[in-house]
Amino acid sequence: MIDRRLITNIDWVLVGLVVTICLIGIMNIYSATTPYKIVGTAYYIKQFYWMLAGLIISMLVCSLDYHILEDLSYWFYGFLVFLLIAVLVVGRRSMGATRWLDLGIVTIQPSELMKLVIIVTFARFFNNFHSVGGLTVKEVLIPLSLLALPAALIMKQPDLGTATLVILIALSMIVYVGLRWSAIATFICVTIPMAWLSWAFLLRPYQKNRILDFLNPERSRLGSGYHIIQSKIAVGSGGFFGKGFVKGTQSQLRFLPEQHTDFAFSVFAEEWGFVGCLLLITLYISLVLWGLNIARRCNDRFGGLLAVGVTAMLFWHIVINIGMVIGLFPVVGVPLPFFSYGGTSMITSMVGIGLLQNISMRRFMF
Amino acid sequence: MKERRFVRELLESKQRVMVLSFVVGIVFLFLVIRLWHLQILNTDNYQTMSENNRLRFVPIAASRGTILDRTGTVLVSNRPSFSLAAVPQEVKDKEALLTLLSSLLGLDRADMAERWEKGAGRAQYYPIVLASNLTRDDVDIVEENHLRLPGIEVEMKPVREYTYGQLAAHLLGYIGEVSEKELNSDSETYNPGDYIGKNGIEKALEKELHGADGGRQLEVDARGRVLRTISERYPTIGNSVMLTIDAAIQKQAERAFGEQAGAAVAMDVNNGEILTFVSNPGFDPSLFSGRLPAEVWKGYLDDKRHPLENKALSGQYPPGSTFKMITALAGLQNNLINESTSINCNGSYKLGSSIFKCWKKTGHGATNLRKALRESCDVFFYQLGEKLGVDKIAAAAHAFKLGAPLGVELLNERGGLIPTAEWKQKRFGKRWYHGETLPVAIGQGAVLLTPIQLASMISTVANDGTIYRPHLVKRIINSDGKTLKETKTDIIGTAPFSKESFRLVKQGLLDVVNAPGGTGAVARLYDIKVAGKTGTSQVVKLRDSKQGTPYQFRDHALFVAFAPFEKPEIAVAVVVEHGEHGGAAAAAIAQKILRAYFDGKKPVHKEAADLPKENDGDEELTNNDAGEAGAVKEPPLNNGDAAHD
Repeated sequence: MIDRRLITNIDWVLVGLVVTICLIGIMNIYSATTPYKIVGTAYYIKQFYWMLAGLIISMLVCSLDYHILEDLSYWFYGFLVFLLIAVLVVGRRSMGATRWLDLGIVTIQPSELMKLVIIVTFARFFNNFHSVGGLTVKEVLIPLSLLALPAALIMKQPDLGTATLVILIALSMIVYVGLRWSAIATFICVTIPMAWLSWAFLLRPYQKNRILDFLNPERSRLGSGYHIIQSKIAVGSGGFFGKGFVKGTQSQLRFLPEQHTDFAFSVFAEEWGFVGCLLLITLYISLVLWGLNIARRCNDRFGGLLAVGVTAMLFWHIVINIGMVIGLFPVVGVPLPFFSYGGTSMITSMVGIGLLQNISMRRFMF
Repeated sequence: MKERRFVRELLESKQRVMVLSFVVGIVFLFLVIRLWHLQILNTDNYQTMSENNRLRFVPIAASRGTILDRTGTVLVSNRPSFSLAAVPQEVKDKEALLTLLSSLLGLDRADMAERWEKGAGRAQYYPIVLASNLTRDDVDIVEENHLRLPGIEVEMKPVREYTYGQLAAHLLGYIGEVSEKELNSDSETYNPGDYIGKNGIEKALEKELHGADGGRQLEVDARGRVLRTISERYPTIGNSVMLTIDAAIQKQAERAFGEQAGAAVAMDVNNGEILTFVSNPGFDPSLFSGRLPAEVWKGYLDDKRHPLENKALSGQYPPGSTFKMITALAGLQNNLINESTSINCNGSYKLGSSIFKCWKKTGHGATNLRKALRESCDVFFYQLGEKLGVDKIAAAAHAFKLGAPLGVELLNERGGLIPTAEWKQKRFGKRWYHGETLPVAIGQGAVLLTPIQLASMISTVANDGTIYRPHLVKRIINSDGKTLKETKTDIIGTAPFSKESFRLVKQGLLDVVNAPGGTGAVARLYDIKVAGKTGTSQVVKLRDSKQGTPYQFRDHALFVAFAPFEKPEIAVAVVVEHGEHGGAAAAAIAQKILRAYFDGKKPVHKEAADLPKENDGDEELTNNDAGEAGAVKEPPLNNGDAAHD
């Protein structure tokens, strides 16, 4: 299936960017986990294995022509919705939320997979749905219902972070397809009362607290606002050049919460300063713009939709995570792709990269 | 048709990618701007915050310096006291904890909650003191229930111990928890819950006594766990203050007062060292460092004798007849009288339409200076005062440095009042009437002196005019016993009267105590010649005040004296508030003070001393013999100083 032409067309810019970010991430995880008591394999070694596994998976993903996804997409969608319901019924509880499904050999997190499946589903839907001059209100109702079902199930777990991401990815794709002004206006008119209703009835107290803390971090210095404040101290105290590798006091003295996962960026910002942050952000901008470039170069609508969806997924992860760490967004458990420690995030992101690679490699086939 | 639409869609979507790229760029720009804001613009703030995060300063309280008497007897020292403190960040359920503490230890819950609130604003992991002065039993209870009391610590702090209880309470003063105002004025030295001198020597010499707190700079993690000690500074023990007072004499003096209110100051005539400093009744200074029980406080406030007032320092009394020595010296200097000047006293003196009475209704008859002093004839001094005028009397008093604080080390020393015509004009806007001079001449009217000034006045007379600054601190000693500062004798002035004038006045004062008819016979000693002067100061103008007068309206009794007459060493001034009886009450106390002083100087007699060793050579000149006073005494540091010859 992989012919020569495909190999010569491998997108090395994409691979280079991802591997560079991964390696910086691994180095950062080394520093972030120094103060931990580690039993067994060190986190940074594990992350390295995850990176390798991720690269292999992304290779597998790009070995198959992405067009087969078009036929499988609704099956995926149906299966994932089924899994999400299963999670709520028989899922494993941990830390006040039910997110994991034990399949005997592996435990999987269906909500994480949903990020990818919603991309494929929407790509399929919009590929067959032609509208010139933007979607009307009526036309957008079907994809919105396709989105609402899994989003509601994920929120029920509850996993506000993932639900938000799934929604943002889907909305980004809708924006890419285009909306009529009338649809945008209607959308706004519906969203605001919806937001009010969900505040009143849907959100859990801890979720509300997070939002309130975000709006005013000083609200509880030692409560949930503590994380934001400590993270801001870490980032801010890094200054221009940073405190140096493994010399960040905020991280080495464990003032940061979850510093090898969600708050990995603040460890990095503290130790490498503004210079380091600028470098890392440049890499991420390049990755996102490159993803959009792949979408632009792709001459088939389904590929373009997929590329935009994957890029949106990466983009929103990056923006929400960094935004959270520097106090622009509320604390929601969103990892920084390729940078935060964790297999799930690595695999999901790598599958996305595999898709982009897939599209990039095959851009001349049409 | 379908193809065209397809192409158009593709082009549209390619344009949209460009728009999206632009949006992405803007969003990332926001992140960079925010990072710039945090890492470049506000980095100093955050750096400070991160420093504070990891560095914790744990103070180690310095032990306060001790206070000694002139012989080295320890008057104030330290003993350990335990207090209960909480680290709020380690306490999960504050309400439950306070309830448990109050039930275990019987502490006031509301009080603890209040202290908690006040202390909560401080740095993280800084223990808040919830209760002080725990008993050993309390400490045991806390230790036993250690597991049920997470975040609770018992802190040990040294507290003041007063060897002789209330002895010299006003002089020594007390310490208390630093107030918010004191904290703000010197936040480097003091932390909330620290102790600071509030009164007396404790306050006046706070800088010497306090020492420097030490501390440990600890590196901690987010949970407050100590990772390592970065630096450690040992506390510097406060310096000791050796006072000029003699505990043995002090004890006798206070005993002599008994229940009477008043003040006594004894001074070394030749250098201004204050040997005794009494303000009676006293109070218990140890009660003030903790939380003063309300009933004790109320008791002090309701006592008509004002136990909390330092009468020796800031009590201002009309000097009464003791002031006659000033009037006499003024008269002699101005050549208005001499040794032989004699007047006739028939019990009163008429000036214009006013009649000024002598204390002796029947009159003293023919009276010269010597007799006038001995029998305290008022008419003699009325006539002299009339001739002098108020300003000449005031000039003589000012020559004695009266009317302004003399500069003892204690704070809030009052200056008394010497009225002049100018003073009256300024104060009341009225001119001085001649008739007003007559009461001034006998130490009444507006004249006011403090007991310290009275002692200084008689001391100056005794040594023929040298005015020493009265002082209470002999030297400052560091914790190794090395003398850091020695108070030097300070002559603040000379009263410019002739030797002959002083001789004449002193002759009269000797008669007051020793001659028949003298008013101060009570002060007589069998072995030493004492010279002195009685005084009565009217509190209110009551005609023929008798026993029926309410306490607060009774006259004050005063007595000033020096001894030995030939070669004066000690001067003493005693005021007994509402003591009446023409100074006899005061003279009796002065006699006991002088007795204690001269007894202390005597060599140890074989039969008097319980010492197993016979060692009564000439060098043995300690003040051992002051009755039971020296029961708990440490070896004198320098017994040579106790002797004044």
